[in-house]
Amino acid sequence: MSESLVTAAYIGAIMLFILSLSGLSNPETARRGNLFGILGMAIAVLATIFGPRVSAGGISWIIGAMVVGGAIGLYAARTVKMTQMPELVAIMHSLVGLAAMAVGFISYIDTSVTYSGTEKTIHNIEIYLGILIGAVTFSGSVIAFGKLSGRIGGKPMLLPGRHLLNLVGLLVVIWFGREFIIAASVSAGMTPLIVMTVIALLFGMHMVMAIGGADMPVVVSMLNSYSGWAAAATGFMLSNDLLIVIGALVGSSGAILSYIMCNAMNRNFISVIAGGFGGGTPAKVSGDAAQPAGDVVPVSAVETAELLRDAKGVIIVPGYGMAVAQAQHTVFEITKLLREKKINVRFGIHPVAGRMPGHMNVLLAEAKVPYDIVFEMDEINEDFPDTDVVMVIGANDIVNPAAQDDPTSPIAGMPVLEVWKAKTSIVMKRSMASGYAGVDNPLFYKDNNRMLFGDAKKMLDEVLVALRTDA
Amino acid sequence: MGLMIGVPREIFAGEKRVATVPEAVEKLIKLGFAVTVESGAGAGSNFDDDAYRAAGASVVDTAAALWAGADMVFKVRAPSADEIALMREGTTLVSFIWPAQNPELLKSLAARKATVLAMDSVPRISRAQKLDALSSMANIGGYRAVIEAAHHFGRFFTGQITAAGKVPPAKVFIIGAGVAGLAAIGAAAGLGAIVRASDTRPEVADQITSLGGEVVTVDYVEEGTGVGGYAKVMSEGFQKAQRETFAKQARDVDIIITTALIPGKPAPRLITAEMVQSMKAGSVIVDMAAEQGGNCELTVPGQVVVKHGVTIIGYTDLASRLARQASTLYATNLFRLSEELCKTKDGVINVNMEDEVLRGTTVVKAGEVTWPPPAPKLSAAPPAAAKPATVMPTAKKGHGAPSAPMSGTKLSVMFGIAALMFWFVGANAPAAFLGHFTVFVLACFVGYMVVWNVTPALHTPLMSVTNAISSIIVIGALVQIAPPVAAGAVLQSTRPDELIRWLAVAGIALTAINMFGGFAVTQRMLAMFRK
Repeated sequence: MSESLVTAAYIGAIMLFILSLSGLSNPETARRGNLFGILGMAIAVLATIFGPRVSAGGISWIIGAMVVGGAIGLYAARTVKMTQMPELVAIMHSLVGLAAMAVGFISYIDTSVTYSGTEKTIHNIEIYLGILIGAVTFSGSVIAFGKLSGRIGGKPMLLPGRHLLNLVGLLVVIWFGREFIIAASVSAGMTPLIVMTVIALLFGMHMVMAIGGADMPVVVSMLNSYSGWAAAATGFMLSNDLLIVIGALVGSSGAILSYIMCNAMNRNFISVIAGGFGGGTPAKVSGDAAQPAGDVVPVSAVETAELLRDAKGVIIVPGYGMAVAQAQHTVFEITKLLREKKINVRFGIHPVAGRMPGHMNVLLAEAKVPYDIVFEMDEINEDFPDTDVVMVIGANDIVNPAAQDDPTSPIAGMPVLEVWKAKTSIVMKRSMASGYAGVDNPLFYKDNNRMLFGDAKKMLDEVLVALRTDA
Repeated sequence: MGLMIGVPREIFAGEKRVATVPEAVEKLIKLGFAVTVESGAGAGSNFDDDAYRAAGASVVDTAAALWAGADMVFKVRAPSADEIALMREGTTLVSFIWPAQNPELLKSLAARKATVLAMDSVPRISRAQKLDALSSMANIGGYRAVIEAAHHFGRFFTGQITAAGKVPPAKVFIIGAGVAGLAAIGAAAGLGAIVRASDTRPEVADQITSLGGEVVTVDYVEEGTGVGGYAKVMSEGFQKAQRETFAKQARDVDIIITTALIPGKPAPRLITAEMVQSMKAGSVIVDMAAEQGGNCELTVPGQVVVKHGVTIIGYTDLASRLARQASTLYATNLFRLSEELCKTKDGVINVNMEDEVLRGTTVVKAGEVTWPPPAPKLSAAPPAAAKPATVMPTAKKGHGAPSAPMSGTKLSVMFGIAALMFWFVGANAPAAFLGHFTVFVLACFVGYMVVWNVTPALHTPLMSVTNAISSIIVIGALVQIAPPVAAGAVLQSTRPDELIRWLAVAGIALTAINMFGGFAVTQRMLAMFRK
């Protein structure tokens, strides 16, 4: 294949990738969108392999690596549980980061392509940036994976003077960047490059360590964005437009997701990245200021079943607790039973429910809940006053009325699902402990709120049994 | 042993309701009370003495015996002077009282050292809805008002096209969309009439529409919601505009049902004699406010009169005309009140004056008049204060809808910075770089546009698919694993082939995990999204 033919194939691949993303605007077209993505990827890879830049000697190596990697990937995709999706996505981001680093190093030590003058400087800056972003993505994603899978504690780890540490790291990276660019030979440039890589790895770890569990959706989407920028930087490094375009698409996609997540928590992106949500001090201040008083009213699973059966409209608000308890299938069974009784059951999803964007939707889809009864916060918030029963399953901060009523609350101004406007709300919780933000929830003390204590799965099973026996 | 609840026969002329029905008797006994019923108390509502006995109540023959034995008396109508005379000292009475209209009654009850809970004084807060007897009676009254109107109206409600000709639908105008008004709207719409309704409180418009009525607005701006969700007296200017609106409606419609009441005040005069005169012959007016003086000038309370060819129904006992239903609902209200009074479920009552609901309901406590209660805490907060002071970011309807445009200065600063950056890049970078840079910037814009259209439900698949396509980075490794020899035979010697190959193989393997895994898991997820 000639160089021009390869470029033409790349243009086709770019169009397919854009179609792939735009297909996701609707679940109907999304499946086709994914196929477009696969097709685009196949065209891009095959065009490269058979293009003029790869000689025949490499093909066996390529096939070997592809088979090994592909097998691992397919195995992981088949076996992963939907509740573990955030972990899978995080670890995959780390692979992109690692690959970007590898490509960056190769590009530097590969002397078969030479540049001079400004071009050399720019090329070196591109390599330096590419490895930097790749390293941050890699180590950050590994830590995020650890946190999401519970291998590392969810609490933010805050080093003393962490902002100063980051600043010093940045200055060192800039200094060595200058050293690297003026380095005369490949071996002279290697030292600054390796120092920078180590600092970048440490920085990525440090950054994600400082972020609490509830901010994970932002981190995951931010790392998604980084993996895109890493690809774009690689594209600049190799003067490859396809990589640049795809990197920019992925990068802006992740950036938009981070922005949406931040908005959904009414938090500024910088403050999320700077870390420390639920890190003690802010939560304490509010704890003294507005301690909601009153008694909570516990109910049993049987009473819950009665409430549900007598209702005309029911909204279920799932949270991370549902994912932890793996309760989505029972939730669907209950939904099915209630819908057979002509009860209007719907789901209300907060943008940051769960540990990654859209996490709850995927879990409900897995349990076969039809997506046309699953609504976003903005779509369903107005309907709460006309709803008889709201079931909150393992969610806390996203239904906290203090976000609207109490300006001193750490989550003040965060958009929340207004479940307290329904006639009755039932909150399923293990105990009275507060949510990830460490904020007490006045919802629990409202007159029309009932608490169903216990493991979400176990309790829902009991509710289901009670519903079935009475039917 | 719990308290003895006595249920006398209602002696008010025409009153058919009874304060407790057998079903409620059972529940009261479960709360620990004992129940006595005067013989024949339920007759008007089709509950005979045996039904009460079966439910566990004892039946006594005379009112005197009943009043003498009861610690607590449940009634519908306020007690007459004779009944008060029969009352033991210290009895608790639960009944409609209308304390604002009957100050004398309060005094004589206080003289008997009674504790009196007035079912008409239940505070209007959401917790007390289950014992709000006014609402349950008004609901029945509204329904019955439509039935009475239909009875006196000489035509169909619903429009029909028959072989004998076309029948236009009846037009019903309902004034006041409280509980009674809304029930009337629902009943009249259910019979097929064209229903219009007017209310001074703007927030009920949605409720009118939801029941199938059209909202008739008065062309005058004034907020008509008073304390506790009831209506208030309106200004002179509003009343004038309102009269004009009503006069116009009166000429057009066939049936008018008025339900306008203002708590503690005589009913507002809304329908004048001229309006009645202007109505078509055979039209019907049901004045549900007859007992409080009537919304229509020509109403005669308690009677049906025909004036200027218009039938004016002034029944004051509409709820009683649906006695069995009214008694059942009222009995449930009283049972709910008993639950509030007897939280211990041992048949002993505690009139807890700290409790907002009980405080509002209690008009005489152990011989002391406690009416009026302190102003209720706002349940329906005034609209101005309804939104909490916290600044809520305006809901972002549908991601991607352009939000408010950025302020001019902010925009120009951003443009300035961007221009500087572009100038810097343009001045220093070689042409080849600029080509790639163009592509990069355009791709960022395309990505921005495309991703905003992704539905939030698919954010997880979006992440996994972007993850998969970011493994396009494999190309970087592919082109380096074995570059063609033609690239430069001279330099080939300095190129560390082995190291590069292994790094590239590692890179390809890593991205292959991502590529295959990412697309496969996306496919798996998307397959699950089903209608």
